[in-house]
Amino acid sequence: MRKSFISGNIAIAEGAITAGMRFFAGYPITPASDIMEYLAERLPEIGGVVTQFEDEIASINAVVGASWAGVKSMTATSGPGFSLMLEALGLAVITETPLVVVDVMRAGPSTGVPTKTSQSDVMQVRYGAHGDYVIPVFAPWSAQEAYDLTIKAFNVAESLRTPVILLSDAVIAHLWESVLLAEPGEVEVINRKKPSSPPDEYLPYKPDNDLVPPMATFGEGYNVIVESLIHDERGFYRQDREAYRNLVKRIVNKVLSRVDSLFEVEAYYGDDYKCLLVSFGSTARSALAAARILRKSGIKAGLLRLKTLSPLKLETLRKYCDEAEKIFVVENNMGKLVHDVERAAENDKVISLPLLDLEIPEPKDIVEGVRKWL
Amino acid sequence: MVVSALESSHPLDKYLRTARLPHIWCPGCGLGIALGSIMRAIDKRIKEGTLKKENLVFVTGIGCSARTSFYVNFDAAHTLHGRAIAFATGAKLAKPELEVIVIGGDGDIAGIGGNHLLHAAKRNMDLIVLMITNFVYAMTGGQVAPTTPLGLYTTTTPHGNPEPPLNVVKVVSSLNANYVARASVTHPALVEQYVYKALGMRGFRFIEILSTCPEIFGRHIGMRDPFTLYSTLRSKVIVKQSPSIEESDLDWGKGFVIGEYLVRDNPGYLDRIGRGLK
Repeated sequence: MRKSFISGNIAIAEGAITAGMRFFAGYPITPASDIMEYLAERLPEIGGVVTQFEDEIASINAVVGASWAGVKSMTATSGPGFSLMLEALGLAVITETPLVVVDVMRAGPSTGVPTKTSQSDVMQVRYGAHGDYVIPVFAPWSAQEAYDLTIKAFNVAESLRTPVILLSDAVIAHLWESVLLAEPGEVEVINRKKPSSPPDEYLPYKPDNDLVPPMATFGEGYNVIVESLIHDERGFYRQDREAYRNLVKRIVNKVLSRVDSLFEVEAYYGDDYKCLLVSFGSTARSALAAARILRKSGIKAGLLRLKTLSPLKLETLRKYCDEAEKIFVVENNMGKLVHDVERAAENDKVISLPLLDLEIPEPKDIVEGVRKWL
Repeated sequence: MVVSALESSHPLDKYLRTARLPHIWCPGCGLGIALGSIMRAIDKRIKEGTLKKENLVFVTGIGCSARTSFYVNFDAAHTLHGRAIAFATGAKLAKPELEVIVIGGDGDIAGIGGNHLLHAAKRNMDLIVLMITNFVYAMTGGQVAPTTPLGLYTTTTPHGNPEPPLNVVKVVSSLNANYVARASVTHPALVEQYVYKALGMRGFRFIEILSTCPEIFGRHIGMRDPFTLYSTLRSKVIVKQSPSIEESDLDWGKGFVIGEYLVRDNPGYLDRIGRGLK
């Protein structure tokens, strides 16, 4: 390990390099651009390629193509760019293409306030594309975690053959902190499964017992079919209910069945709270400070921080919520994660604290919000 | 015992996923002629050892032409409407030894995908793009397309198309492509010749292939009979050795000049970035 003083955006770029990413396609957008700028400098030095495309649509489609050429690939954007990427995100889902999309959130709707932070993309990163699907979403709260979760995002993408979202925000993006970077061999790096059957017996969408099909890529003699239509195990278009259900249920279940390893939380004052703050990303830093202030004034506050926003393990959330008398969902938006917490907890205990700040929320605003209800 | 012609194999069957035949294309559609010509050009390259079968990748978007990726027995991707060029660019950059061919209709390539076409040509991206022009959105049932003649009835221009057609050959020629040609399914030997040539070049290579769609376009112009439409298109095609861009207009009145509009050997995008991924 080596210690480096870097920003959250650079940490994401470094995490991707550690994970083996060698193709990056992107389009400039605040506050994500410096991920591409940093990689444009670094990636060619280690044999990779960075190309700025004509728009976000081209960027993510190029990333899907590059992944099918056998290379770990990524793009990074912010809310407006992510909206443009949604159709191709669905393409990556149905073609089971491993890739990582970074969404560095900024205030919206529309152009919003490009330079200011927000957590308002929680719904679009999880549910934005049409069709039925579940994809993993990880939300770091520090530069170190931006690095670590980027590596995890690639490992999950490769092992499950799925797109994975890293959900950062403008605060994490330009927050400079000491980060421990791994040398090769110091962290686990997972690569997609390759077929063991010869080309004439290979079925590109036939899963193993783990619901994930081995992935042959372009130029290996397997005559692969990348198919955006509903398809059977051969990759042939089918419009019958049986094939439709088989495919959609499998691509959903391959993610849901891993919820135990995908869903990560971190609890503070976890065995001694009556008032539970639930938060994620940069806002969780303020929520932790708020919990400390509340405890000093005699209120038994705790913090549950979600590192994973999809898939959610409601049983885990419920376990923490059951211990609390009141639950405050603290998020920098009009209230999005609160709907999930309401599903996990008894409804009358859950209170939404939508901060809708443009900066990292101040702990005193959270403290005031909590006190009103006690 | 009589063996039916359908049961005996064709020399190009090895390049097709014969299990997926019959194809979905309508009787009289020009796509079969185009595909046959493309396969003959590929066969020639493979036989002479200038192309490896496993390195060839077909990338298509959505539409009748895009269904080609169903039938070719190569690596193939049937992706999103308009995005085939972007997908293909990513694949080529990630694995430069691939030879990537994009096939699409004029709506797919020059309508919804027009921006990607412009930028791939601008960066002289090492790809082959074959645009099959049938003058209409056929798969969706006959709406106006980028190449639809001015004034024509379509299902979304019932009072006549108010827009003149897009001359894609002229647009691509204004950029940095290494090869720009127009062919026609009425002259299959030239389709084969141009594709063969493009396969031996670097940089961005664009071939527009005029085609016949009797079922949809033919109905709009009163030529539902495949023979009539094919013969009419054939009579309007003018073959030229080195045509100038000024005579490239897509004009059913004046006729269609086919030929090689632009041939050059500038460094491709991959040359400019040092051949890309190592």
